[in-house]
Amino acid sequence: MNGRLSVMARGLTGVALVGLIWHAVTAYGLVPRAFLPSPQTTWNALVRGLTVGTMGDQMLGTVLRMLQGWLLASLIGIALGSLIGISPLARAYLRPTLGFLRALPASATIPVAIALVGLSPSMVLGVIAFGALWPTLLATVQGFALVEPRLVEVSRALRLSRLDFVWKIGLPNAVPDILTGMRLSLTVSLILAVIGEMLAAQEGLGRLILLAARSFRAPDLYAGIILLGVIGAVSSYALLLVERRIVRWK
Amino acid sequence: MTRAGSLARSLVVPVSALLLFEVWFHATGRISDTLAPPSAAAAAWLVALADGSLMRATAETFGAMILGLAIGAGLGLLAGLAVGFSRRANSFSFLAIEMLRPIPSVALLPLALMIFGFGYKMEVFVVAFACFWPFLILSQNAVRQVEPRLIEVARMLRFGPVDTAAKIVLPAAAPRLLTAFRLATGIALVVAVTCEIASNPQGLGHALMLSQETLRPARMFAFLLWVGLIGWGLNTALIALERWLFSHRGDVDTSVAT
Repeated sequence: MNGRLSVMARGLTGVALVGLIWHAVTAYGLVPRAFLPSPQTTWNALVRGLTVGTMGDQMLGTVLRMLQGWLLASLIGIALGSLIGISPLARAYLRPTLGFLRALPASATIPVAIALVGLSPSMVLGVIAFGALWPTLLATVQGFALVEPRLVEVSRALRLSRLDFVWKIGLPNAVPDILTGMRLSLTVSLILAVIGEMLAAQEGLGRLILLAARSFRAPDLYAGIILLGVIGAVSSYALLLVERRIVRWK
Repeated sequence: MTRAGSLARSLVVPVSALLLFEVWFHATGRISDTLAPPSAAAAAWLVALADGSLMRATAETFGAMILGLAIGAGLGLLAGLAVGFSRRANSFSFLAIEMLRPIPSVALLPLALMIFGFGYKMEVFVVAFACFWPFLILSQNAVRQVEPRLIEVARMLRFGPVDTAAKIVLPAAAPRLLTAFRLATGIALVVAVTCEIASNPQGLGHALMLSQETLRPARMFAFLLWVGLIGWGLNTALIALERWLFSHRGDVDTSVAT
């Protein structure tokens, strides 16, 4: 207990040190105020934005967009991944193509999505779902491919139907892989949600920080960046906790 | 399975998908501002290759990508070595790192735009930020996983920190560092293209966006496929390099992105 406490104390000292350096840099004017506001001004902008301003709503908008796209991607990814995963033949034929699609920068599909759907919320959602699909899909395929061969034999001996095999053997075995994939997908979803908001002018932190930068409101810009960091940290930490619980239960 | 056989198998799906799309496009006889058949995309790719715009855009993206990668990975490696080596440095920095790392790199795009304006600088800045964190974490892990007895040897030989890093740790961690480099290269390409799509008027991302805005779908698909090929090619080439350099050690980790 004592050891843990001192670890936390040292960690917090490190954070305080970063804050102190930030304060010193701005107090001595080493970097122009317009580019780096003081910690105090940034904090004030954050508090003002969350209490009087609309920063809370914008944050909620980004979180909801991220979660919607992520859930869509996860559902499609797990379903398609199971379909491909149960068949060794489908795996052999599709994996290279999936590898190619995964290496494609997701943001590069934005122009195509704009051409097809226009600058709308559904375009942003589609881009998030498409871009965040691959980590979960490939992890599911991987999880199915690594099912213990003897379990496959057992399921054959029991004459399990394909659907039963997916439910009772495939998916439970693939859960740790799928969760890791979903955590990656969530990170991708946040990035694409922010870009989508910037390009399609949708309500959210992405648009907020872009407008703040364009009008040189540095404190608001930094407040928005901090909130995006909070979203990223909280969401991936929450999933990590779920992952640990489930893996331990297994 | 033979090499040629597996290559043929991996091409079946994409080639038939492209052919189906081509046939469907001509069968419906449509003229479109938003879609183009693969044959038109191939023609547009050749035109872009001939007039030099393809290579110019590629060079611009690669320039920003490589410079950002070099800066981000270099600083990340130094920081990773420091916190991997020293328990004290690690205990003071881990919380700050965990607070800064989750910031999505694109969140810095407006900031970079405000400070640097359009051009290479802003893109390099964002790419470097994006590459810094994974390299820090992966090189920190690589250092930790170096056989402790090797570190003892360095101590016995009374190596200073620089000698220990250069003669013991870096060679021992080389396979993991190369894997980190491959992952960071992928991230660098994605982030560079994303910067160009979102704002920076240069490179492949901007060419893609401009093709869409000027209603040239064939050119848009040509650039999209080209970006995909570059990403896939870089990853494949770096995996091959890892296998070739370190296969005798038997500890190549290609599970991460195959």
